[in-house]
Amino acid sequence: MPRLRRGMSGAVARQAPVARAPAETPPLIEARDLSVRYAHGLALDGISLTIRGGEIVTVVGPNGSGKSTLIKALLGAVPLASGQVIRRPGLRIGYVPQRLGIDATMPLTVGRFLSLPRRRDAAEVSGALTRTGAAGLEDRPIARLSGGQLQRVLLARALLAGPDILILDEPTQGLDQPGAASFYRLIEEVRDETGCAVLMVSHDLHVVMSASDRVICLNHHICCQGSPNHVSEAPEYRALFGEGTGGALALYRHAHDHRHDSGDGHDHHHNHET
Amino acid sequence: MLDDFLIRAALAGIGVALAAGPLGVFVVWRRMAYFGDATAHAAILGVALALAASLPVTVGVLVVALAMALAVTWLAARGQSMDVGLGVLAHAALALGLVAVSFVPNARLDLSAWLFGDILAVTRGDLAVIWSGAALVVALIGWRWGRLLTSTVSEDLAQSAGINPGRERLILILALAVTVAVALKVVGALLISALLLIPAAAARAVARSPEAMVLGAVGIGILATLGGLGLSLRLDSPAGPSIVAAAAVVYALTLLWRRP
Repeated sequence: MPRLRRGMSGAVARQAPVARAPAETPPLIEARDLSVRYAHGLALDGISLTIRGGEIVTVVGPNGSGKSTLIKALLGAVPLASGQVIRRPGLRIGYVPQRLGIDATMPLTVGRFLSLPRRRDAAEVSGALTRTGAAGLEDRPIARLSGGQLQRVLLARALLAGPDILILDEPTQGLDQPGAASFYRLIEEVRDETGCAVLMVSHDLHVVMSASDRVICLNHHICCQGSPNHVSEAPEYRALFGEGTGGALALYRHAHDHRHDSGDGHDHHHNHET
Repeated sequence: MLDDFLIRAALAGIGVALAAGPLGVFVVWRRMAYFGDATAHAAILGVALALAASLPVTVGVLVVALAMALAVTWLAARGQSMDVGLGVLAHAALALGLVAVSFVPNARLDLSAWLFGDILAVTRGDLAVIWSGAALVVALIGWRWGRLLTSTVSEDLAQSAGINPGRERLILILALAVTVAVALKVVGALLISALLLIPAAAARAVARSPEAMVLGAVGIGILATLGGLGLSLRLDSPAGPSIVAAAAVVYALTLLWRRP
């Protein structure tokens, strides 16, 4: 089990039982007392966390709470002010960025994008696209995809790396709630099939929380973490997000169960065009 | 054959188009147009310093352009809005260069040749410099192509694939400085970024892949060079600006073509 975490306030996070993560596997990524400094102060302060194989960990937090910075720090894309990030040697990361910097002036098809930086053969590319519900988009210019299509293409690209861990930064930005819910379900399926761990950032609190094994509530430091139920009842979480989200969580659970019961478990593809 | 000044001019222009194509597409994709301007404007300062130090002009231009590009990058990494910073740097460098040139003793230099280029006076030595510079730029960009493309699409994505986007940015800066140094003779400091920008922008309309856009930019650059030289010959217009004007005409035509 992960050790106790220290928050900036000195409060010790309550550790709730973790649903799925097997404690005996070595961590994929571990952050030890990680801090990142920006021009106007600390973006991240004393973050310690561990991601193990197969678990879905979600980072929630208000805007500007350092969620994306945390992801970048774990990827090694920002310099650390202190602490360290330990990635298991040879760790394969499938990263889904928040957005692409693709200018409309770049003629880039989906197929070519999936072949960056390494060439992939057409069967591999179309297999990955099919898996994420974006089949047949190979020849479509990236700039002309809808938000939902782009997310599925980005996920397909991440899967091509054969990742040990998927890291997603606000993967459902710009999707409506059913779209977001079906995207999270897709991620859960991918985890179940491949056994990869998932670390994602989100501010769709109510939608994402119940799809996670563990939730980390971030506001420059780790306010609280644990199972979704544990976090949604933690006073630190309520202080940040208010009481209203509990009801939304319940609502989502209902919808989630309903979708799964209404078919044979593979009826998600009908709304992939969104 | 190289004795004919027109042939030499055409070869010089083609050399520059070869370098400007692959670099120009990145200028367009990464919205570095103003960046190219600032670097090119600094070239005049490089000319002055090289003359004062009795160094080859190409060396002076290369060093100053590189320094300028690094300064701009450093600024960009620190601030959010680059408009003002770049504007100040670009014009300050040009002004400083013009002032510095006036101090160079017994300067028998033709300022307008450096500002607007003097492609018709290209020597065999110039050709050697231009073509080796172009070969260097093409080799650099060809070597890093996949990495450059990935970092342009998303720096975070590049990072997660083990690519250092900062290093790729430096590669482009180096290529830009080399291109400025070799293109100075052909179109002059004021129009270098036009030669980077316009053929690449024109190629966008007809290209379906990044690689096709590079080929298109090179092709349009060569077309503009030959067209501009022809125009200059016929109308007795200045050659460098005629080349850029020809490129602009091609750009306008591709816009029309693209319209369904």
